[in-house]
Amino acid sequence: MGQQMNFQVVLLAGGVSKQLFPLVSKELPKALLPLGNKPLLSYTLEQLESSNLKSIIVVVAGEDVAEQIRAWISGAYDDRLSVESVTVAEDAGTADALRAVASRLTAEHILVISGDLVCDIPLGAIAATHCRKKASMTALLCALQVAGTSDGSSGSTGKEKAKQQSSNDVIGLDPSHEFLTFMASAARIDKQLQIQRSIVRAFGRVELHTDLVDDHLYVFKRTILQEVLEGCPGIRSIKEELVPYLIRSQLQRSNPTIQSKPLTENGGEQFERKIAPNQLVKSPLEQASLLGAQANNMKCCAYIVNKDRYCARVNSVQSFIDVNQDVAGERAVHLTGYDISRSNNVIHPTSKLGYKSTVGPHCMLGEGSEMGDKCSIKRSVVGRHCRIGSGVKIMNSVVMDHVTIDDGCIVQGSVICNNAHLQERVTLKDCQVGAAYIVSGEHQGEALAKRDKN
Amino acid sequence: MAVKKGGKAVDVADDETPVPLQAILLADSFAQKFRPITLERPKVLLPLINIPMIDYTLEWLASAGVEEVFVFCCAHAKQITDYLGNSSWQTQPNFKVVPIESHDCVSAGEALRLIDERNVVRGDFILVSGDTVSNMSLKEVLQEHKERRKSDKLAVMTIVVKRSHASPVTHQTRLGNDELLLVIDPLTKELLHYDDGLLNNPNKARQVAVDRSLYLNKPSICLCTDLQDCYIDICSPEVLLLFTDNFDYQHLRRDFVKGILSDEISGNKIFTYELHGEYASRIDNLRSYDSVSKDIIHRWTYPIVPDIRFAGNNVGLKIERCNVYRENGVMLPRSARIGPSSVLGQGTSVDENCVISNSVIGRNCVIGRNVTIEGSYLWDNVTIHDNVTIQSAVICDGCVVRAGARVEPGTVLSFHVVIGQNFSVPSYSKISLIAQPTEEDSSDEELEYVEATSVTTESPQKLLEGEQQLTDITGSSPQMERNPPTVAWKESEVGPSGAGFKWFMRDESQEEEWRYSVAPIPAEKIEEMRLREEQAGVDDFDQDAGAVAEEEEEELDSVKKKRDFEREAEETFRRLFLDGVPEANVILEVKALRLGFNVEGSDCAAACFKSIINLALEEPFTKDSELFIIAKRLFSKWKAILRNYLTTEDDQVEVLLKFEEICSEPAGKAFAPIFCPVLRVLYDQELIFEDAILSWASEKQDAEEGDKIFLRQCEAFIKWLEEASEEDDDDDDDDDA
Repeated sequence: MGQQMNFQVVLLAGGVSKQLFPLVSKELPKALLPLGNKPLLSYTLEQLESSNLKSIIVVVAGEDVAEQIRAWISGAYDDRLSVESVTVAEDAGTADALRAVASRLTAEHILVISGDLVCDIPLGAIAATHCRKKASMTALLCALQVAGTSDGSSGSTGKEKAKQQSSNDVIGLDPSHEFLTFMASAARIDKQLQIQRSIVRAFGRVELHTDLVDDHLYVFKRTILQEVLEGCPGIRSIKEELVPYLIRSQLQRSNPTIQSKPLTENGGEQFERKIAPNQLVKSPLEQASLLGAQANNMKCCAYIVNKDRYCARVNSVQSFIDVNQDVAGERAVHLTGYDISRSNNVIHPTSKLGYKSTVGPHCMLGEGSEMGDKCSIKRSVVGRHCRIGSGVKIMNSVVMDHVTIDDGCIVQGSVICNNAHLQERVTLKDCQVGAAYIVSGEHQGEALAKRDKN
Repeated sequence: MAVKKGGKAVDVADDETPVPLQAILLADSFAQKFRPITLERPKVLLPLINIPMIDYTLEWLASAGVEEVFVFCCAHAKQITDYLGNSSWQTQPNFKVVPIESHDCVSAGEALRLIDERNVVRGDFILVSGDTVSNMSLKEVLQEHKERRKSDKLAVMTIVVKRSHASPVTHQTRLGNDELLLVIDPLTKELLHYDDGLLNNPNKARQVAVDRSLYLNKPSICLCTDLQDCYIDICSPEVLLLFTDNFDYQHLRRDFVKGILSDEISGNKIFTYELHGEYASRIDNLRSYDSVSKDIIHRWTYPIVPDIRFAGNNVGLKIERCNVYRENGVMLPRSARIGPSSVLGQGTSVDENCVISNSVIGRNCVIGRNVTIEGSYLWDNVTIHDNVTIQSAVICDGCVVRAGARVEPGTVLSFHVVIGQNFSVPSYSKISLIAQPTEEDSSDEELEYVEATSVTTESPQKLLEGEQQLTDITGSSPQMERNPPTVAWKESEVGPSGAGFKWFMRDESQEEEWRYSVAPIPAEKIEEMRLREEQAGVDDFDQDAGAVAEEEEEELDSVKKKRDFEREAEETFRRLFLDGVPEANVILEVKALRLGFNVEGSDCAAACFKSIINLALEEPFTKDSELFIIAKRLFSKWKAILRNYLTTEDDQVEVLLKFEEICSEPAGKAFAPIFCPVLRVLYDQELIFEDAILSWASEKQDAEEGDKIFLRQCEAFIKWLEEASEEDDDDDDDDDA
């Protein structure tokens, strides 16, 4: 990207996410959660920096959180990015967050990115596509990545998959996969979904995908964004309301670019194309009226990510564990900047392993962490300065910094936050242990944290 | 499960002995779209570029490798079997045409059940109707169908579809079909949903509803409105079984396809095959008759075109530039101009100064001087006298159009009709020598047809008999025998010394006539449709705006509605108070308003109350006491009407709240000091009862201080009421005791 495009970035860093309880707290907001021993937000910022998108407004929910994030950014990125930060109320919707910064937007195009997006997609390419297509809005879509494709018993995954699908969003595309024609989040659909007939008609075909995920990365044309935000104060969420609204508005005043498409298309439809003029002869009026209709430049495009790119969001405990595993292995380690070892894991040179202890692939062992004898770590990330006793097994888990794990513990599918302490022979399965919590005994599927569990 | 097993057995047999490729050709459309022409000749024998339609279908089937065709005929069965008996198809090698006759089938479903009974179909077969024009190769679709059957026994049918964009204005394809919505799985090509004729319901038409079950567990589905159903189906033998099992299936699409798709238990599946480049169309109505004729002239159907010999097409033919086809033995003077895309049949003579364009003229026609024929279809032995103008019409065998007559677009002249001198046939007329059945079952929907048969068996039966009779007397001039010359043709319908009855379509179909006619859609119709479409677009947008802002806006909306209603209702009451409109009328009017705006009864009460207050405010007053006296007078005068609306406690509370609202507005500020006295008046007049006042008071108890001004004012009164009610209770107790 030699030439600087006129772009501004709004980074929605969120606040203390309820979905990630008890991992996050006022002390450790979502944006600063360690992912591969780096704060989550750093992935997005690195990505933006590498795409030469340096004018960034970070929107944070909640004053306390904002303070921390501001401090962290100014420490880490002060000389590299021009970052402004804006605070909104904790319960503000994503569109509200945009509204809060609307007056600060000056560039021609606005890239809105969610702070929990971990991807290696060239953001510049999305921005360029947006400009090239002269779109009003471009949304990033990526193929649904079924977490842990190879492992896990096949029987349960089939069931999970079905469950997952039913909760998927439905995204409509035209056959060329260029235009967005429909979008609805699963929560908004009851038994059936409703699509405007005029849209289906205008495109001839609409593909409805449940195998695509909207990754909360959008590029908007500023004028349209501001107009809609101001004109429709009822819109609170970008994904749930703003984007569907824009998509529906596309054809409101029949869009000439689309209407003329079937006639100008070449290739396989040549046969039909030749017949079409026959219709033209019959009714020149109807064609003229449509082609000459008032131009509405609303155009919602989709940018579909190649399957080989990495793209994931950290919006649940499970995805937090999954993405941690990914960045510790060959799949996404390039995002972290660490060097991967030959056995497909990242082990900090200052960490110490005891006798007969093994660290499998997709693992990360942070700076200064020590491990006793006969330990086994599989597909897990261990933070900095952890003390791990002997005979400890850690699988599919994330252990943050300064955690003490005593002898004989078994940790599976769990997240253990900073300064927590697992006493001897603790067995955890699918648990989340809050910061500085002391655990004893056996637990399964529990959230263990200091304060009330709500 | 039973079906599945059956399928296996059949397939095993299939593998052992290769069966010839079979096809079922339905030579009856079970529809009435070509009436009145089809009363005298079956649709499949109607000429399409001077060759009966059925020959196009048979030629295509023969060339596509079909070895045995069962021609199912019902209406005019004799005519069809006679025609087939004498045709060259009987001598064609490796191609067997087997007629199957029936006299009482009224639907495709019955026809297939009958064929199933005969037990003639042995393997996969092709199901088409006798009005199909196509040049598609069946190899690929059969291959696909067979492959699918190997892995999935439940794939019972593959239907052929073709791209065809419906006009964005009229929502119909150039074949005159309504827009069709198909939902297809893009990976497997499985048909998930089939929806035609959505347009009958304009509300439904605006939104497409997609059931969750359609896309659940599928990575993607495709909604298509740009496909056209070619009515060419590759069927497994199970299809016949399914028709027999489900004896209520009548229509191939409406019942069978929809039935299969909605039946999840048996799990049968239907797949689609999209045509690319090849031609396939069904002539379903007169518009498609026109479109397909043009396609043949423009050679889209190659090799099935007029200049290549097939079937009954044995006449020498010359093709000239601009797609003008001239059969041998045409008399054509130099001064006649034969425009583009026209066909002239053998033995036709055209006189001086004629202009013929985009038209098909049959064999042995005689066309006089200065005749203009544009976009029309003249069949055999038609006589056109001098100075006649014919536009976009279908004129059947043996018709005579006398000198100076005009035939306006969309006209259909059935066999042997005569149009009188200088007569102008209005647009979309249908004229036949056969009188329109008086007790017409009037439907082109065969299902209704069936119902009609079961309810009033006589009418369609009679009709059928009539057709049969006609079939029997296919002499040189059947109409003469049937309608002796003594029949008085109306001059207003066919002109002086004309012959024929005008058919009057049902009201709705009359209006929709332009959709299915050979005539192009008139410009004003398109304009009208376009406006409507734009209007709908605007409506859509409004709806969206509402939908996006969700509840808040909804609430706003209802507030606005209430305000509108209030204004209207107040106006109405005013007319009662000031202009002396009868009370009954006003009550009725308000009731209508209430329904129209969909508001509560209490809103009526509030509106009525407010208009009385306004009335009081309009009268001159200087002091509060004067205003009070005015109000008191007015309330006692109009209490009857107000009481109408104060039947429940809720209504009364609403009025109190309204009163408060009025008092706090600048316009009604004058009432603020006398809130309590007026309330007393209302109480004394028995307009508002104490229960309502008390519940209002308790409702207001928790309100903010600012809202309690009036409550304070009435404190004493309310206290008195409370005491009184307690006393009442005591009294009651005493009484009980």
